[in-house]
Amino acid sequence: MKILTAPHMERCIGCHSCSLACARLVHKKLSWESAGIRIRSAGGLSTGFYAVRCLGCADPFCVAACPTGALIRRRGGGVLLREKKCIQCGDCVQACPVEGIVQDRDGRIYVCLQCGQCVDYCPHDCLEMREARSVEPGEVIA
Amino acid sequence: MNRDHFRVLVVDLDTGQSQVEQFDGRDQAIGGSGLAALLFEKYGRKDRPWSHADQPFILAIGPLTGAFPLMSKTVAAFKSPYHDQYTESHAGGRLALALRFAGYDGLVVTGCAPGLSILELGSRHIRIRDAGYLRGMDAYATGKLLRRIHPGGSGHRSILRIGPAGECGLAMACINVDTYRHFGRLGGGTVLGNKNIKGIIIQGDSGFSLPEGSDYQKLFATVYEQVTATNMMQKYHNLGTAANLQVLDDLKALPWRNLQQTSDPETITGVNGETFADKTLLRNGACSGCPVGCIHIGYVREKFHQDNRYFYRQVAYDYEPIFACGTMLGLGNPFEVLGIMDEMEKMGLDAMSGGVALAWATEALEQGLVSVRETGVELRFGDAAGYRQAARMLGTGANDFYTLLGQGTLRAAEAYGGRDFACVLGQEMAGYATGELFFAAQSLGFRHSHLDTGGYSYDQKHAEKDVDRAVQFLLDDEPGRVLLTSMVACLFARSIYTEEMLARCLDVLGYETLAGNLPELGEQIRCHRWRLRFATGFRPEDVTIPKRFYRVQTWKGPVDPAYLDQLRTRYIEALRARVEPD
Ligand code: SF4
Ligand code: SF4
Ligand code: SF4
Repeated sequence: MKILTAPHMERCIGCHSCSLACARLVHKKLSWESAGIRIRSAGGLSTGFYAVRCLGCADPFCVAACPTGALIRRRGGGVLLREKKCIQCGDCVQACPVEGIVQDRDGRIYVCLQCGQCVDYCPHDCLEMREARSVEPGEVIA
Repeated sequence: MNRDHFRVLVVDLDTGQSQVEQFDGRDQAIGGSGLAALLFEKYGRKDRPWSHADQPFILAIGPLTGAFPLMSKTVAAFKSPYHDQYTESHAGGRLALALRFAGYDGLVVTGCAPGLSILELGSRHIRIRDAGYLRGMDAYATGKLLRRIHPGGSGHRSILRIGPAGECGLAMACINVDTYRHFGRLGGGTVLGNKNIKGIIIQGDSGFSLPEGSDYQKLFATVYEQVTATNMMQKYHNLGTAANLQVLDDLKALPWRNLQQTSDPETITGVNGETFADKTLLRNGACSGCPVGCIHIGYVREKFHQDNRYFYRQVAYDYEPIFACGTMLGLGNPFEVLGIMDEMEKMGLDAMSGGVALAWATEALEQGLVSVRETGVELRFGDAAGYRQAARMLGTGANDFYTLLGQGTLRAAEAYGGRDFACVLGQEMAGYATGELFFAAQSLGFRHSHLDTGGYSYDQKHAEKDVDRAVQFLLDDEPGRVLLTSMVACLFARSIYTEEMLARCLDVLGYETLAGNLPELGEQIRCHRWRLRFATGFRPEDVTIPKRFYRVQTWKGPVDPAYLDQLRTRYIEALRARVEPD
């Protein structure tokens, strides 16, 4: 099972094509927020961009924090959300150290499914699906 | 996500109150240019000057904004400080999507804040905050502070701001949008300055559901594929619009040294697109929702201490600013050009108007019409240091001369002489000395922009002088562009968004009525815009062409003055016929 990595964010042009693709294809919404990957600038456009997303922890903080078992570990890294069980408490959002999970104004939870649909929409090949263990120590994948 | 009406936020700075208004007319006005005209009809004061506090500042997006690639522009509409007539200016960046995700098709700002202020809005907040401490601050520093004042939401918000030029009332003041894009022309910066608005922060913090089923997804994939996988957009992706510099110089259509020449084969190699890319290009940027990424960001690096102490700044470049702050000033070094653009940027000056104005000032100084007492510094073609200082003086209205020049080159020429060599076609010229049709078209264009019609490209392909055919070309070309500016698409995508493709995109989102009526709507909106223009005082007969344009040499040979005049006469008749049907 592969996880989403962002090994080449220094190439990012800030087009938001990836996060709009996630919103459109996975969540059937048009939004910057309702997406598993979100692009932010590090203090204005002149300092470049970074991708805020689930890093696919092997031992996820969010799962540990979830009081209802709505979030479960995904084989190979990351999590799966069972929406029917989710009570929208937002504890997972607080628990994730890297803002990997977001909650929209209606309370819905968005987290990367590690499906990789965004990868095809990045015109600069910033993103890649990789086996979690193939990420070399010291390799910058954020 | 499709609404049968427009949802518009109307902010009254006098009272500090805002209203969310619904407007009918989606099926006639579309959005963008059409919506802006509709809103000006309601909120504009046609018979009052641009500076009247009630005059609206309008932003408008379209039905396809965000839903398809390159639907990434916003129309700003206002009564222009430059000529006191209704006008539009267009900009990219994140603004279009930020407005969409804030839940609005348009924004109207009326009245005047009691003190210098910033306006912040999103899907669930509207705030007008005192910002007196930002007075006089340049556009870069203002952007930095606004990001600090309004923390959070980085990447999902758009920041508009003005520099000193907009605060001191210059008709050449632009609005900076998200650092690298601008509402450049016709004085939008001063419209905001007059309202005491230093910045607007729009947070795109909401969203919409998309149509069920696979039709939309499939069509999106088709358009996206055309944008990225075919070579249709390669030019903008690769060297960017700067690629035009060499092309136009080869064609003898590139203005040099205040349009005294149209080609300089030796100097152009120093400032053409290849040189800019090889030497100065740091990286690329994109408007939100656009995978092409045509924004080219170069750098200037400066030694400020003899002990090898440097700083650097990033400056976005494009064809037009390189022409205005480069070839027009006789410069052949890309870093010097970026240095001047950087000053214009900080001041919040439209780089095109500013560069052309300084080119005129240089010749006026050469001819003794003005002295260094007025210009404050020696201006000589090819001498960048003087131009950097002059850009700063122009942007701050440093003395009577610059204050007047900042109102438009012709205004200064009226006072000091030198009308004949003022390169003004309605406003300071765009960088296309392609020939008679472009000169006629820009002088009488709605935005006085080269993109109002394709006159510049017609000139490059047609040597024959057929007035009927040429004017017909302009007339046929405009409605299609108005359709795109009502969507509001990036005009670089015009080869992709044919009328047929626009209809398919609208249809799949549920705008069937719009989809079925596009040609008529393009024509209707064109006429509506022009009617507003005439109603606010436009007299095409008053727009004259300075003599310099009659002396231009192009690839076709010298400009033919009689042909140019005939084109203008006929085009004026055609425009009048559109606002005064018999
Ligand atoms: S959402 Fe955060 S905590 Fe949970 S797996 Fe992803 S990165 Fe780890
Ligand atoms: S919001 Fe839902 S998924 Fe997140 S911790 Fe609460 S119950 Fe679990
Ligand atoms: S699609 Fe690629 S280039 Fe565009 S914002 Fe996402 S990571 Fe950056």
